[in-house]
Amino acid sequence: MSGVWVFAETRDGKIIKVVNEMLNACKTIGATLVEDVAAVLIGSGVESLAKDLAAMGAKKVYLADDPKLEKYSPDAYAKVLVSLVKQHNPSVLLFGNSAVGKDLAPTVAAKLGVGMCSDCVAVQLNAEKQLLFTRPVYSAKAITTVVCKDKPQMATIRPNVLPPGDAKGAGAADIEKVSAAISDSDLRTKVREILKSAAGKIELTEADVIVAGGRGMKAPENFKLLEDLAAVLGAAVGASRAAVDAGWRDHHDQVGQTGKVVNPTLYIAAGISGSIQHLAGMKTSKVIVAVNKDPEAPIFKVANYGIVGDLFKVVPVMTEEFKKMLAQ
Amino acid sequence: MKIIVLMKQVPDTETKIQVKPGETAISTDGVTFVINPYDEFAIEEALRIKEAKGGDVTLITLGWDKAAEALRTGLAMGADKAVHLNDPAFLTNDAHSIALALSKTLKKLQYDLILCGKQAIDYDNHQIGVRVAEMLGIPHVAVVTKLVLEDGKAVAHREIEGGTEVVETPLPAIITCQKGLNEPRYASLKGIMQAKKKPLEAKKVADVDASPGEVGQAGAKTVVLTLTMPPDRAAGKVVEGEPEDAARQVVKLLREEAKVI
Ligand SMILES: Cc1cc2nc3c(=O)[nH]c(=O)nc-3n(C[C@H](O)[C@H](O)[C@H](O)COP(=O)(O)OP(=O)(O)OC[C@H]3O[C@@H](n4cnc5c(N)ncnc54)[C@H](O)[C@@H]3O)c2cc1C
Ligand SMILES: Nc1ncnc2c1ncn2[C@@H]1O[C@H](COP(=O)(O)O)[C@@H](O)[C@H]1O
Repeated sequence: MSGVWVFAETRDGKIIKVVNEMLNACKTIGATLVEDVAAVLIGSGVESLAKDLAAMGAKKVYLADDPKLEKYSPDAYAKVLVSLVKQHNPSVLLFGNSAVGKDLAPTVAAKLGVGMCSDCVAVQLNAEKQLLFTRPVYSAKAITTVVCKDKPQMATIRPNVLPPGDAKGAGAADIEKVSAAISDSDLRTKVREILKSAAGKIELTEADVIVAGGRGMKAPENFKLLEDLAAVLGAAVGASRAAVDAGWRDHHDQVGQTGKVVNPTLYIAAGISGSIQHLAGMKTSKVIVAVNKDPEAPIFKVANYGIVGDLFKVVPVMTEEFKKMLAQ
Repeated sequence: MKIIVLMKQVPDTETKIQVKPGETAISTDGVTFVINPYDEFAIEEALRIKEAKGGDVTLITLGWDKAAEALRTGLAMGADKAVHLNDPAFLTNDAHSIALALSKTLKKLQYDLILCGKQAIDYDNHQIGVRVAEMLGIPHVAVVTKLVLEDGKAVAHREIEGGTEVVETPLPAIITCQKGLNEPRYASLKGIMQAKKKPLEAKKVADVDASPGEVGQAGAKTVVLTLTMPPDRAAGKVVEGEPEDAARQVVKLLREEAKVI
């Protein structure tokens, strides 16, 4: 018995993006290990999403569909996963590094008594066919490679780092329904309610383009400049901690160690100095643009393109130029 | 209310990290060590609960000799006593192994609530609180920005994508703390003086009923193969000129050179 497994997290009735990224990576891993790629889908009324997982490359979908699983609960979700793992002994079990993944993966690992690697930015098979997990440590000032001694080899994977598949595969997956067998006494913690935040609509961790502002924005209303730029680029708006602490932006917009770790194709930082804690959250972005009036600002050390100048002059011109470019 | 705080001593984020070639641990020369910032939220929360409801606060750390300094700082903030798992046989970065040593220690103590940080900013495991909860068989709520205690239970606000989950948990439970929970206090001079006399107990592996093979490096479930400095990002272009011209140039470069638009 074996398998290369991905936890298929859903949000607002959809499979989240990082699941496709993980399944795509698992196609190669599965082929080399000669093991099937499977997804574990847990929730309520989620059966119709199984075909999406098949299109992303899952050959098998373990489906636990139960009203008791509607909201995430570490007790319930871990119970389902642990019982499946014990039954099938997969070699690999990956999660997205999301709020749920960060909570569920260590819960499952602890129940199984195995190791786990958090927030990985690369996954590779070594010559011994073990998974080599790469992860930033010390606020991204160092990078480490780690292997797990036991199976399943477990990790959470940072969204936006592994290349996604086209998710258009025609293959139908074999769906295996599993009964959740959750009783009320299994659920020790209960979600009373979910308070939606006023933060931007595009999830920062999944965004392809992010426009972020810091203390240099000077006032909350000035973020309109960044919102206009973001609207043109289809980008999410992020913020430094200084901007969040000042009450200018919602905490959910914060990028960095205390906030979100992001990995977009393009990150535009306006009026952000580039502190270590901010860099820890965005340093792996593919292309970084910095706009700062201080030529000594540390953000320029990581920026691919830097503009030393007043953001209030620079940003509106960028918005206009992108608009023209994209209209062509 | 008996509250226990799990805390770790870590390099200050501002210090320079260096790794000698071939080594899998950082060089500690010249590194400043501090209490993990998320654990300061845990200590502060514990002290506020004690001040409001009575009880006592015990700090636990697993770490080298120097980690005692972090415990003294926590005692100076107002905690009552401290336990230091101080034995080379405990030392590791492996989350399972650290959690096992901590949970074995906790099994011999009484507690109504355990607080810890959401992550330690050295090795960023982001696992210990959740693992300790599992090992003790108690519930956990992670990444908490607000905590309200009610009769025999706690209501915690937990950060999730796009919002906040309000979660209710029976006690005892483990809560992992995130910024937003409170503003940690500084130790007062009086606190620092008092801390010198507060009990700080050092424990070896045998003292927590662990066997040397199951904790520390020997008990690790992961193997660190390499630790390196990330490659520097290639030197970027600083585009000169009037701000408006520079903006135009960068937009052009993003399409024609970087090809990201
Ligand atoms: C434990 C811990 C966790 C932390 N976590 C985070 C985190 O998750 N995210 C985070 O961001 N920070 C975090 N911080 C805070 C971090 O250390 C910095 O304080 C913060 O990032 C600074 O934000 P900033 O760059 O917006 O502000 P500043 O450092 O004040 O920089 C403002 C910049 O704007 C520039 N500027 C001003 N006016 C203009 C203008 N008109 N045009 C162009 N440029 C201008 C200035 O030159 C300056 O460089 C954390 C700190 C600690 C201790
Ligand atoms: N060696 C340790 N001793 C005591 N508590 C620890 C230790 N390591 C981690 N913790 C606690 O667990 C939290 C999460 O750490 P980590 O899982 O290592 O990121 C920290 O914020 C601490 O509260």
